[in-house]
Amino acid sequence: MTEFTLYTFLAASLGLIAIGIGGVILSRNLFRIVLALSIAEAGGNLLLVLIGFRHDAIAPIIEPGRALTTMVDSIPQAMVLTSIVIGAGVQALALALAIRARASYGTLDMGIMRARMEADINRVAGAESAASLHAPASSSTLLTERKA
Amino acid sequence: MSWADLIVLLMVVLVLATAFATLFLRNLLGAAVATTLVSLAVSVFYVILRAPDVALTEAAVGAGLSGLLLALAAKRLGLWHIEVQEAGLDERGDDPC
Amino acid sequence: MLTRYSALIFAAGLAFMLFVLFSGLPLGAPGMVVGQAVLDRAPAEVGAANIVTAVVLGYRGIDTMGELAILFAAATAIGLVLGRSRGSRHCPPAIQPGGFILRAGNDMLFPLLLVVGLYIILHGHLTPGGGFQGGVVLAAAFVLPVLARPTDMPSHAAMAWIEGLAGAAFILTGMAALAYDRAFLAPLLGTGEMGALVSAGTLPILYLAVGLKVGAELASLLLSLTEEGGD
Repeated sequence: MTEFTLYTFLAASLGLIAIGIGGVILSRNLFRIVLALSIAEAGGNLLLVLIGFRHDAIAPIIEPGRALTTMVDSIPQAMVLTSIVIGAGVQALALALAIRARASYGTLDMGIMRARMEADINRVAGAESAASLHAPASSSTLLTERKA
Repeated sequence: MSWADLIVLLMVVLVLATAFATLFLRNLLGAAVATTLVSLAVSVFYVILRAPDVALTEAAVGAGLSGLLLALAAKRLGLWHIEVQEAGLDERGDDPC
Repeated sequence: MLTRYSALIFAAGLAFMLFVLFSGLPLGAPGMVVGQAVLDRAPAEVGAANIVTAVVLGYRGIDTMGELAILFAAATAIGLVLGRSRGSRHCPPAIQPGGFILRAGNDMLFPLLLVVGLYIILHGHLTPGGGFQGGVVLAAAFVLPVLARPTDMPSHAAMAWIEGLAGAAFILTGMAALAYDRAFLAPLLGTGEMGALVSAGTLPILYLAVGLKVGAELASLLLSLTEEGGD
């Protein structure tokens, strides 16, 4: 393994983090936001494992009957092990919330969802809903039709 | 630069391209599959970086469980659209009942 | 459109900033202080051939317990969010049994997955693998039959019992160390012979508990996503 390969891996992990965070900001679809989050997480995990790598070392498993040699740092690996499993749990929770949001507002698009949410809040508060930039005035009737 | 370097470079470029595809694919089921592919490739990177424990976890959780999770959620979110449709398959996902 | 371009510029700037920040890392030759200490002491203190297992369960056991708590909280929250609401109209789910290939493949794969999952869990202190990986394989083994035969679901009550008992076993094994004036979750029972299946003290018991708990939790999580619930 040469120095060049390590810098390639560094570029991969930083690129995955940037693509993931950029995707969270860029996309309007809730499902795509969950996907982008998991990509950013994969990049972060790869960066952590990469930091613990050593050129002159073996994988952190002792073979019985062989002299101890240097091994790669096992503490980042243990942390990443924890992080991956927690990431799956967080992803499942985010997906469940997305399913719930779609059941309530009938869409996965953040802009439309925000407009409907504001219309809902205004209706409950009894305020006259101002014309929104994101949704035309007629879209608020969709909600009342769906509820009926 | 040896052959191993070139292969790693090619893999990294493909992984970054797959991650971009997640953001720009119109079909959201395809985007979920692209995310799963990124996880699978990253697990191969872990093997190269001498972290077999992490590689096993990433392959089981990131590529296996998470893909199943995304597919089930896509079905419930009504995103289950495959380009070559069988008859009546696309109505099933959107069915609210 | 403006937000899209500004987001792209933000992502490019973030990538540049990350690269500048991390290009100074000592790649390939990290200054291992804690890591080297663990490598020096783990074989004699814990006795696990897999150093990562020694770190996960021996040196950072409370961390692992916190992770189990987070997973439990996530599974509970999903049950809460996706649970059947009483007011919603209940329509019978359209049951479509799997095809012949899915059913036959499931019958062959189920015992195989069970064996592989238990092997990965029980050899967690010797080879790569352990409770988390094997637990995921076990969860897959119990979700696959549901995909093949959607009519007969495994009961949530049994899953909850397995999960609770495994969690209790983990905490009780940790508390047993307190009776010997050791720290919570400190490995007991000596180290044994390195490389043997029965070695590394209580680590295999802890990993078995972790594996059963993770498997039951993830299986019930996947099942609650499979069920056509309250929406």
